Amino acid sequence: MKSWTKRMTPIVGLVTVGALVTACGAGGRPSGGGDAAAVSAPETGITETSVTIGATFPLTGVAAPGYSEIPTGTQAYFDYVNAAGGVHGRQIDYIVRDDGYNPTTTSQVTNEFVFKDGVFAMLSALGTPTHRAVVDFLNGEKVPDLLVASGSRQWGDDPEAKPYTFGWQPDYEIEGKIIGQWVAENMPDAKVGLFLQDDDLGEDSERGLRPYIEDQIVEVQRYTSGNTDVAPQITALEAAGADLVLGFNVPSYTALSQLAAMKLNYDPQWFYANIGSDPALIGSLLSNFSKGAVAATNPLDGALTTEYMPGVDATDNAWVKLWQKVWDEHGEAGELTNYRIFGMSAAYTFVQALQAAGENPTREGIVDALEKMGGAAANPSLAPYRYSVDSHLGISGMRIVEINDGASDPLTPVLVTDLGDSPIEEDGSAADDGPPASGIPESAG
Amino acid sequence: MSRISSDSLKARLLRTPLRRNILGALIGLVIVIAVLESVGPFRQGQFATMAYLGIAVGGLTVLTGLNGQLSLGHGAFMAVGAYTTALIVHDAPKLLPLPVVMLLSMLATVVVGAVVGLAAARLHGPYIAGATLALAVAVPGIASFFGDTFGGEQGLSVAQPTVPAWFADAVYFLTAHDVSSSKYLAYLGWFGLIVTFVLLGNLSASRMGRTWRAVRDDAVAAEIAGINVGRARVTAFVVSAACAGLAGSVMVMVVRLAAPSGFTLTLSLSLLTAVVLGGLGSLVGALIGAALLTFLPQTITGLGLSVGLSDLQSAQLAPFAYGLTLVLVILLAPAGLVGTIRDAWHRRRSPDAPAIHHELHPKQETMQ
Repeated sequence: MKSWTKRMTPIVGLVTVGALVTACGAGGRPSGGGDAAAVSAPETGITETSVTIGATFPLTGVAAPGYSEIPTGTQAYFDYVNAAGGVHGRQIDYIVRDDGYNPTTTSQVTNEFVFKDGVFAMLSALGTPTHRAVVDFLNGEKVPDLLVASGSRQWGDDPEAKPYTFGWQPDYEIEGKIIGQWVAENMPDAKVGLFLQDDDLGEDSERGLRPYIEDQIVEVQRYTSGNTDVAPQITALEAAGADLVLGFNVPSYTALSQLAAMKLNYDPQWFYANIGSDPALIGSLLSNFSKGAVAATNPLDGALTTEYMPGVDATDNAWVKLWQKVWDEHGEAGELTNYRIFGMSAAYTFVQALQAAGENPTREGIVDALEKMGGAAANPSLAPYRYSVDSHLGISGMRIVEINDGASDPLTPVLVTDLGDSPIEEDGSAADDGPPASGIPESAG
Repeated sequence: MSRISSDSLKARLLRTPLRRNILGALIGLVIVIAVLESVGPFRQGQFATMAYLGIAVGGLTVLTGLNGQLSLGHGAFMAVGAYTTALIVHDAPKLLPLPVVMLLSMLATVVVGAVVGLAAARLHGPYIAGATLALAVAVPGIASFFGDTFGGEQGLSVAQPTVPAWFADAVYFLTAHDVSSSKYLAYLGWFGLIVTFVLLGNLSASRMGRTWRAVRDDAVAAEIAGINVGRARVTAFVVSAACAGLAGSVMVMVVRLAAPSGFTLTLSLSLLTAVVLGGLGSLVGALIGAALLTFLPQTITGLGLSVGLSDLQSAQLAPFAYGLTLVLVILLAPAGLVGTIRDAWHRRRSPDAPAIHHELHPKQETMQ
């Protein structure tokens, strides 16, 4: 028979371990709350000599062509500003991390930015699904989430829910409205076929288009991103007799739809949304996809699109001259491209906001500065921003252009509008402004 | 006298696999608490990532290592678990406690896993791989196609969980630290991992595990011995899918979004690489594989940046380094990290009979 002590051993052991653990731990919480965080602590990511900001981009993977050039433009502009002494004496330290356009990775690297690098703000993080993974987190941590590089309206239409997030490019809905009105007025007899990406890009733009050209639409075709065979969609558009195809799609699908149409000998008037119409990129994609069968030169000649920022072809534009100068002085290898201009423009706007946030910028301060800056400040895009207390949406409009020889000929003045029923108006105020002589926004804002 | 009693205590603690596993789990638990309490929120997030990858890789290593079925579709099972959790949490955020949500997600994946497993049991080798590959490609497509239910390309966002008061109090009682949302997720993930690994360890040491191995080594011999081969394959598949479902459920809370672009074929393939890195059939190997998947890219990218490479070069360095590690492991340690170390250990203990050992145990024989 087992002795009594032997049988008790495990019980005694367990009690001892339990007591030990409890003794090592804190026991209950101390009564009475401690002080809140020290009042005068410097803002996260800000030191006397530097401001650290982060950005997530697809540098590798399918979404990388084109998009991966954006941060090189941003970096070149920050180098330019830093060489001139920085903002309020602080150098801008810009860190870019690759998310491969995968929200899981976006979430991980954004954690790294916020918890490890301690960034002051996020700038121009790219992509709708990718950024959705982190937008609530960033707002929860009160990290300014500035100039999100995605045309979804969700970044700016509800500042109360996302007080730290600001959109940047014109949202797809106002692009749809502006295109819809132009088509209704200038091509009233066209039979319109829609070629839409099956997500918010297609949905928001369709919502904008419909009120103007409801009667003209003869066919709506959608594709799912990732499925590279668009022949069925293009065939259906042709079968429906569409002689004007409005494409709200990303660049690779512009190239794919062009190839599919070439095979079918289908030659409608094409009208691509801004996001999918960069002639240089489409050219290289087309020649790539067709294994050289389609020449890379001027593939989109005669196609219509929109423009909200002067591009590389506008060599006389004061902003483009500045971008060229910045790129020549501080850019890495390669030419100035529209994607790099996009990155520089966002960098310029960030510097503008940081200047306006004062000598000792805080996270709340830069949010206030952008809200107050609104549409008044000189900006590199063609239309004013819509930033205010009630809206964090970005650029308010665009103009319609025709692509000829890889350059864009404006067909309309700059048209601005907002979500919903707000009217479409001409507004050239931001189109004619230029940068200050120094190329760096002045702190008077 | 004292030597004898300590020997008997040791023997009693290690007598059955269950006791061994529970003891291991308790030690693991203490380590997890110590580690999670001593690192910052960024590392806590990484450990949460490692936990969900570990659960999924553990499930896959059982399927591939013990039952010999190759699945290229475990990313799809993670998607099923993830979307189940996202749908429940999205519609009724605080209705159910998270562990219940995780269990429900597992159950949903079990159902899907059973259907796929029934089909897979009729297939062999490359055909299973092909069928599961199709699954990995198709499931994200389903989420895109039924956009109204599953949020389409944009996905369903999941709010950060609130920490239950009793849990915060319990952790504070032990460690004098408060529990943030990211730490809570890391705990949730690691509790899930420990429970899963204990169950998998027991299962593999049980009659069922022996059946799986018998089917893996020679299906005909197993059948002659009276084993229902089809049933063994399906159960292994279902158990493995359940792990993937749980992993997906944790993943969606860590990532805060369930979107098709998070469940690409790359996810399924990287799970498989983790299995190969760690060693087929080894749970410790699964943990090592998950750790490499989690920490290697971030470390390499950081290293690249710190030696002055550009952002782009550092980003490209990470997959390169991972691929290189994989190639090196396959060349130098073909049984995986754990498998090779274990083989070397066995050889040292019985230097005369290394070849016989291998013949008796053609693949990894025990779960660690």
